[in-house]
Amino acid sequence: MIDSATGIAGRTAPANRLTLRKTLISCVVLAGALLLTIILTALIGSESLPARASLCALASFGTNACGLTQDQFDILFQLRLPRILLAAAVGGSLATAGAAYQALLRNPLAEPYLLGVSNGAAVGTMIALVFFGANQWTRPMLAFTGALIATLAVYRLARGRAGATPERLILAGVIVTTFLSSVIVFVTTLMDATRIRSFTFWLLGDLSGTSKTLLPVAISIAVAGALALTLHARSLNLLMLGERDAFDLGVEVGRVRVVVFVVASLLVGSSVAASGSVGYVGLVVPHLARLSLGSDNRISIPAAALGGALFVIVADTLARTIIAPRELPVGAITALIGAPLFIYLLKRA
Amino acid sequence: MTLLEARDLTVSYDHRIAVADLTLTLKPREITAIIGPNGAGKSTLLRTLNGQLRPSSGAILLDGEPLQRLSRRTISRRIAVVAQEAELRFPVTVLEFVLGGRFAWATNTGWGWETERDVKVADAVLRETELSALSGRLMNELSGGERQRALMARALATEAPILLLDEPTANLDLSHQATLLTVVRNRCEHGDAGALVVTHDINLAAQFANNIVLMKQGRAVQAGTPKAVLQPQILQDVFEVRVIVDVHPVTGGPRVTPIHERNP
Repeated sequence: MIDSATGIAGRTAPANRLTLRKTLISCVVLAGALLLTIILTALIGSESLPARASLCALASFGTNACGLTQDQFDILFQLRLPRILLAAAVGGSLATAGAAYQALLRNPLAEPYLLGVSNGAAVGTMIALVFFGANQWTRPMLAFTGALIATLAVYRLARGRAGATPERLILAGVIVTTFLSSVIVFVTTLMDATRIRSFTFWLLGDLSGTSKTLLPVAISIAVAGALALTLHARSLNLLMLGERDAFDLGVEVGRVRVVVFVVASLLVGSSVAASGSVGYVGLVVPHLARLSLGSDNRISIPAAALGGALFVIVADTLARTIIAPRELPVGAITALIGAPLFIYLLKRA
Repeated sequence: MTLLEARDLTVSYDHRIAVADLTLTLKPREITAIIGPNGAGKSTLLRTLNGQLRPSSGAILLDGEPLQRLSRRTISRRIAVVAQEAELRFPVTVLEFVLGGRFAWATNTGWGWETERDVKVADAVLRETELSALSGRLMNELSGGERQRALMARALATEAPILLLDEPTANLDLSHQATLLTVVRNRCEHGDAGALVVTHDINLAAQFANNIVLMKQGRAVQAGTPKAVLQPQILQDVFEVRVIVDVHPVTGGPRVTPIHERNP
């Protein structure tokens, strides 16, 4: 059926229409690349591991040491693999959220970090750390709440009489970001001096403090969130062309908006609670996905999810190796790549 | 049979009455033109008939059923709208754009795919609007007139029997104006559709519409055939400009010419 459908499109219309087959192939290729990256980056680090034995141990899912020493085995399974998986969850979450914000807000520049959503989640996380330090679960929950409040604030601020223009939205993002930054500074002063340094690192996006409890949460939310948003891809395709048009064509605009705001806030909240604000992932990755695979959200959202995972794993591998044994915050690397791209996009908008 | 009916419709927003006590019916095979000065409430009326704005009183019946009881998708299968231009900040091809019109018919609106029939319908309307050759082009590379035709094509792709058109010929040259209105005419005559067209072009309305509703300050001041509505005195009162109405040499219908008097 798919083949005959493309046959028709090919015969009477030369346009490259997105089909299920094309989408599945792209997703499988990206998933394969992601798996390969996970395996390869697990072998890279300040401590060199024997490649063959490590691959054997990875293939056995840690049931067989394959001749690795206990230290090497622990580095691989207790340090590197959890960190890589968290990088994947964080990257996937942020890129998916970025892709969805961009479609919903009709703005190629929308991104959790630039909109202030990440900062909202950061404030939530800090409040959890300062006031409920003992309870790990309050962190993602308050981060989610903070992200949602920041999202709604930016949305309300950006909506003028003539609707939200890209510039107006970014301006609203700047206002919310700077406001929340001062809240962060304020909360930081309530902390003892020893924690402030690790805190500054965390604020820039840092994956070194991977928490065993939060890792499964972050992965589950990343997967569930990407699925939930992909399942609204057709509505988002129409919303990308204007809310009124989407409404006329049958989209329940209000419902889709609520779903995107809540799911994207969950994604941003869980990744910020785990790793701080890793910036620009939500801008760079969806943009590359659209550039190479087209604007159709049925492909660009799942591709952004997989590509975001890949991007942050690579960025974090750079962060922990280029000046090894010292480390850079991963957010510094992503911003180094993302900021120039942002300028380029802003000039084109 | 009536496709769409508005009874004593009043719409107000920001404490201002935009449409007042308006009653109209749209039947199959009929084109009704809505004319009137700027701010008369013409576009507000269209948006209300489509369910986008809630009337403060009165009723809208779609195939005899109250509009507010129907789901968004049910309404979109019955009513197609061509309004202001789409926002094109993302690259979308003409074919993808037109396929958007098939959304209301999708069995899977989440991650579903266009069926063979969807593609056939899209191809047919692209031919009707003379856009087949451009179907692979990006929307933001098109001229204003081509984009306007793509909007029309997307509305036709919905296969809705009710067409609500807000200034559908605004960006079009003379020949494309005629093509577009012929497409609408054909839909109405052969597809049992009905069209409600908001326009500033009174002569175009006179040629293509079966009925004309003349609006001023939210009220329908006159309604009826072009001949009945397009009377010099009526137009003069509504538009506050002197006009000559004579007989069109070819169609035999009324022809309106405003007279721009220079101050001495």
